[in-house]
Amino acid sequence: MTEKAESPAARTSFFYLAIILVTLILSVIALSLGVTALQGGDASAGSYALVGFIGLALSAYMLLQTQRRPSRVTFEMPQVITTILCQKCGFKNIRDFQRGDYVFKEAEPCPKCNEKMMIASIYREVKEKEKERLS
Amino acid sequence: MMLFVAFIFYGQRIQMYIMIREVESRLARLKFIRDEGRKMAISTIKEIGKPQEDPTERVDRFLEYIAIAPESMDPAGVVWKLEHVLDVRDIRFKDEVRLMAPEADEAQLNNLENTLEAALALNIIYKVIRHFYLLGKKTLSLYIIMQLQMVLPLIMREAEAFASALKAFATGQPIGDGAGALVAAKLMHGHEKRRIAQDIVVATVPLEGRTAHVLKSEGPGGNVGKPGDGIRRIIEETEGKIAAIVMVDAALKLEGEKPGDVAEGVGVAIGGPGIDQFKIEESVLKYKIPVNAVIVKEDIGDAVSPMRKEIFDAADTVIQRIKRLILERTKAGDSVIIAGIGNTIGIGQ
Repeated sequence: MTEKAESPAARTSFFYLAIILVTLILSVIALSLGVTALQGGDASAGSYALVGFIGLALSAYMLLQTQRRPSRVTFEMPQVITTILCQKCGFKNIRDFQRGDYVFKEAEPCPKCNEKMMIASIYREVKEKEKERLS
Repeated sequence: MMLFVAFIFYGQRIQMYIMIREVESRLARLKFIRDEGRKMAISTIKEIGKPQEDPTERVDRFLEYIAIAPESMDPAGVVWKLEHVLDVRDIRFKDEVRLMAPEADEAQLNNLENTLEAALALNIIYKVIRHFYLLGKKTLSLYIIMQLQMVLPLIMREAEAFASALKAFATGQPIGDGAGALVAAKLMHGHEKRRIAQDIVVATVPLEGRTAHVLKSEGPGGNVGKPGDGIRRIIEETEGKIAAIVMVDAALKLEGEKPGDVAEGVGVAIGGPGIDQFKIEESVLKYKIPVNAVIVKEDIGDAVSPMRKEIFDAADTVIQRIKRLILERTKAGDSVIIAGIGNTIGIGQ
């Protein structure tokens, strides 16, 4: 269950690419108009430059989004632990869960005292990713 | 300026396309989870059941099963009607699983049934979300898409929970919902048990000078049994001479609470469609028996995924609480019922 699958949302459409191209062209035009206006001492140079830079940034961002590696989804399975306990001498054997294990199932004889052992617990341990500040 | 004007006229549409993209990517994940669930169910059936023919077609048919709830315009007797529908569904499911996996024993059959039910739940979630997504796209309704986008984080949590449940059910690992069953198993371990109702076992256990009738669903296969029938039968057998009932179950925690926290209260602590709760309430009302509830808190993900250590450890805390409760609320020599509610998968007795 650790297979990976490609999300269809990651595909890029022609329409999307066309929008990026148009934005890019308009931004370049706005920038060149800004430069011309600056040379002519026109006060609107700042506005052209602003629109141009915003357009450039937007199209660059959109282009980056299309180049992003397709999002991959995974299916992680937690590690489950089985604890086998000897009722007589208290010997503990901790191992990964195996199919067929269940709590209170009789297990193999104890290696210390040869008494029948029993599955005392089956659980998974969760490592908290972040400290809970509001507990 | 043009950009500003475009945003005024097309802002809502742009927002909708962004939301549609978000819903689309989540729907893709849901589809992935659904497909993986189906694959896992089929491979588990093949592995455990060793069927003669390929079970894929039968599994696909199973994933489309529906159960129609009874009409409730005249609500008198609707509980029994619902119970009947659910019984028929349960028998049908068991028969189907038996046909799919002829080599599986009773406990494995229960586990396979649970696995298929989790796969079925994932299939329904995916199809409902896909329905609203397509409907929203077809009608270009911002409100359908917006509602979907708002509710999807919660739906995703539920779907992820069912995905972990699948693995637990397929391999027979105890799940968080089995907290109540684990407490009862710890109390009844080493004592003689008898079957008292469908998939329910009871043991008479001396506890703090009282006689405790401890019951749980029969493990280690995944099943919840009919605890309502079990409790009713014990009350009838003792002619209502029960000083108290203590019900132990897993309950949904609120965000901010810790999994495995234990809380006490009164009332019938049991989930499901309400049939068992109804039966127990009817029985205790007849003899005026006080019902106490002890709950182990966990979220939906913990409830159906392999049992967390905190929840496993909470069983001992619950036993201490039960002992204190019966010492305070009953007299020496009294009889009490302790019911461990929940799916007993991976928990013997």
